[in-house]
Amino acid sequence: MKEFAVVGKRIPKTDAPDKVTGRATYGQDFKLPGMLHGAIRYSDHAHARILSIDTSKAEALEGVKCVVTADDVPETRFGFYKDNMPLKKDVVRSHRDEIAGVVASNEMIARQAAKMIEIEYEIMPAVFTVADAMTENAPLIHPGKENNHLITNTYSHGDLEQGEAESDVVVQVSCKLPYVNHASMETCVIVAQFDHHENLTLWSTTQIPFLLQKDLGQALGMPPKDIRIIQPTIGGAFGRELDIYPYHPIAAIMAKKAQTAVRLCFSREEEFRAGPQRQPVEVSIRAGAKNNGDLTFRDVSMTLDVGAYVSWGSTTPLVMMETTASFYRVPHVRFKADCVYTNNLITGAMRGYGNPQSSFYVESAMDMLAEKLGMDPIQFRIHNSNQPNTTTEQGLKITSCGLEDCLKALAERAETKLEQPEKEHLKRGRGVGGTLNVGGGARIYRSDGCGATVKVDDFGHVSLITGSTEIGQGSETVLAQMVAEIMGVEVADVRVINSDTDVKMWDVGVHASRTTFIAGKAACLAAKEALSQIFETASEMLGPPPDLLKAENGQIIAPDGKSVSLSKVVRSRHFRSDGKMVHGQAFYDPPTELVDKESYHGNISPAYGFGMQMADVEVDTETGQVKVLKLVCAKDIGRAINPMAVEGQIEGGAQMGLGYALSEEVVVKEGKVMNPNFVDYRLFTSADMPEIENILIESNDPEGPFGAKGIGEMGSSCVAAAVTNAIYDAVGVRLTQAPMTPERVLAALDALEK
Amino acid sequence: MKKIISFTVNGAKQELYLDTRKTLLKMLREDLELMGVHLGCGGGDCGACTVLLNGEPVTSCLVLAVDCEGAEITTVEGVQQNSELHPLQQSMIEKGGIQCGFCTPGMVMNSLALLRENPQPTEVEVRQALSGNLCRCTGYAKIVEAVLDTGKTMTNSEEV
Repeated sequence: MKEFAVVGKRIPKTDAPDKVTGRATYGQDFKLPGMLHGAIRYSDHAHARILSIDTSKAEALEGVKCVVTADDVPETRFGFYKDNMPLKKDVVRSHRDEIAGVVASNEMIARQAAKMIEIEYEIMPAVFTVADAMTENAPLIHPGKENNHLITNTYSHGDLEQGEAESDVVVQVSCKLPYVNHASMETCVIVAQFDHHENLTLWSTTQIPFLLQKDLGQALGMPPKDIRIIQPTIGGAFGRELDIYPYHPIAAIMAKKAQTAVRLCFSREEEFRAGPQRQPVEVSIRAGAKNNGDLTFRDVSMTLDVGAYVSWGSTTPLVMMETTASFYRVPHVRFKADCVYTNNLITGAMRGYGNPQSSFYVESAMDMLAEKLGMDPIQFRIHNSNQPNTTTEQGLKITSCGLEDCLKALAERAETKLEQPEKEHLKRGRGVGGTLNVGGGARIYRSDGCGATVKVDDFGHVSLITGSTEIGQGSETVLAQMVAEIMGVEVADVRVINSDTDVKMWDVGVHASRTTFIAGKAACLAAKEALSQIFETASEMLGPPPDLLKAENGQIIAPDGKSVSLSKVVRSRHFRSDGKMVHGQAFYDPPTELVDKESYHGNISPAYGFGMQMADVEVDTETGQVKVLKLVCAKDIGRAINPMAVEGQIEGGAQMGLGYALSEEVVVKEGKVMNPNFVDYRLFTSADMPEIENILIESNDPEGPFGAKGIGEMGSSCVAAAVTNAIYDAVGVRLTQAPMTPERVLAALDALEK
Repeated sequence: MKKIISFTVNGAKQELYLDTRKTLLKMLREDLELMGVHLGCGGGDCGACTVLLNGEPVTSCLVLAVDCEGAEITTVEGVQQNSELHPLQQSMIEKGGIQCGFCTPGMVMNSLALLRENPQPTEVEVRQALSGNLCRCTGYAKIVEAVLDTGKTMTNSEEV
């Protein structure tokens, strides 16, 4: 591949110096003159009628400015199914339901006052499992939703009966996957302020500034055009803020009543209790194959507990059906997912978005099939691998595809056999798991686009104004690299402006591993437009026509070696009669389609990323403890714009994936989170992490910017699958419930003995 | 109840009249506006608020400000010498140990304390020392690499 000046280089993150010196301003650090502090009062019951709310004691507390309840705002509904409202008036449907908000001079007083609000309830029967929610006489959570049934997603291709008839081996497994929390190091924070024209400015850690504008308008009953969203430095998000949640409008309602800026900042406990979680799933898969190794069919059915209100969790079946239908070549597929309301937690988007779940059950079944066929698990996967320039039965147009290369890289590593420890009770095993991930966004909204402007000032400084959002992943640096490459300048000469809806052009949000691809593509198009303006003027100055010029090291260079600096060209274009500025603009919306609402067929992404991971584990058969010794991660990323940033995504994803596999679970009892802190909710620490080996497969995507595809999510998606397969390899028991805690491992070993 | 306390923060003497219930974290953030001290959990579990108290790393959310009478406190803002980044800060940047950066100040302070005590730590020692500092972005690999790299380039604990 062509050598570039800055693309493909290990460029340090441009925001790193400010972060390592404490200068970066996060949402938590943001202050305005006269700013007050808010706190939310949540429900005391999972399901109850509100009989009365007495705010008098709270209002009387010294330092309290005001209390807001549903009576302070017009009744509005928001969310996918318009089932949620900012403050609840008549009925609460979960422990996390917001009833009132307090504004006070500091957070401690606000929280204290929130507890002093007296609420009288009439407790109603509640349901906490999908099975209970679907029984005939179950209490209804939302009127009109019979059996609490929200939606059923069904998908099929081929002929399942034929697939079964053609199978020489068939396997079946049922899996249960837990709630987990994003656990971003910074909690959610919002500052809201109205001006004298009733325009609202919201400083927010949101991932969807433009959709939030629209949704917030709906939730507040005000025109979205009067709402401006500004994003400070964000301390991690991972899908947590891909939707509007009640705390967004509540912050605005507080600011309106208090007539000043109000800050609402989640505690860690609130983050666990009131934030969204990864969608839990109970799933059953049957799958078959022929003796020659060809896959024949997959039949998947699952239930999803979406909680009391609908957010993105309920749409994860769209991703899970993609893995089920299109990961490896499988001719006959049937898929069914029932989404059901309960009085549990809200489920939202989280890194991988259905993929960690689907990778777990699909790859469990793949290993079971390989074993029945007596085939090597990696060779079995290579035999069924997706291939470049093919269209799956579901309609995914797979162009670049490095899956087979990923698998071959793992096969090479697997030639070094695992040594078994001397101690009898320690058993080592090796397993693989993979994922098919959208590689350039997912059209889940009418537009999957991103806008960009590139301007060059009189001094040669380049600004990229992009619709995209930085949540820590490194998009600013990667986008600056692409623009610098095209404009022939240093990365340090490019500033990325990306935080204000009044300034930047539209973008659907930061999700679906789309920013490098889609925002990158938009940035490249805008930079090329700006460069063509520069070449036009430089051509007058240097002589040769624009298409013979090149931009390098801040110079515009003619074929004869004559050159002029970029800034001089800009000034020459600017300071003349009828002068012009240099600014390129682009809006890139990828060539994809919304999937058909009935059949769920359609090409949702302009590229697909593939990733495989191989885990070496050691199982202590006495304690049930599983230690991951090594994780080899082979990822088809199209092209690494910044290999260091790509590795960072994979390694960070591994931390999240290992937690999903072995330690993380939001424990919910009767709708209440039992472990809302980092002692009882166990993240992998530096001491827990295994050695990680990264293998970057560059399949050079034809549509991606410089051939790149997304990598944000793939690192976390297939870890749990690799770990469960490795545990099976080590001790011969198949763990079907994550996290695979020592208790569960021991229980499975005990069951095996019996 | 309020009390006057005096102490040194990043080399500068301070005297403040503080609510006795105020934590060191809140005092540093609210009274001195040292915003590099990050609140991640408020329970001493995540390490984002780590500062040096008389040279020892502490989670400042668990320390009462009034207990710091006469103490020397260093926050991430005080690590840089003049305009020069500390070698550890430089290494964190160059090795890619920073993504969202919210855990970074705590990581830096705890790593500094380790390097002062043990200028050339092994990987296991670094991983153990940082096990109280949670990071959700990096998987720790590049942070550990940055600390090890700093240890290799620095000749004695004086420099740390």
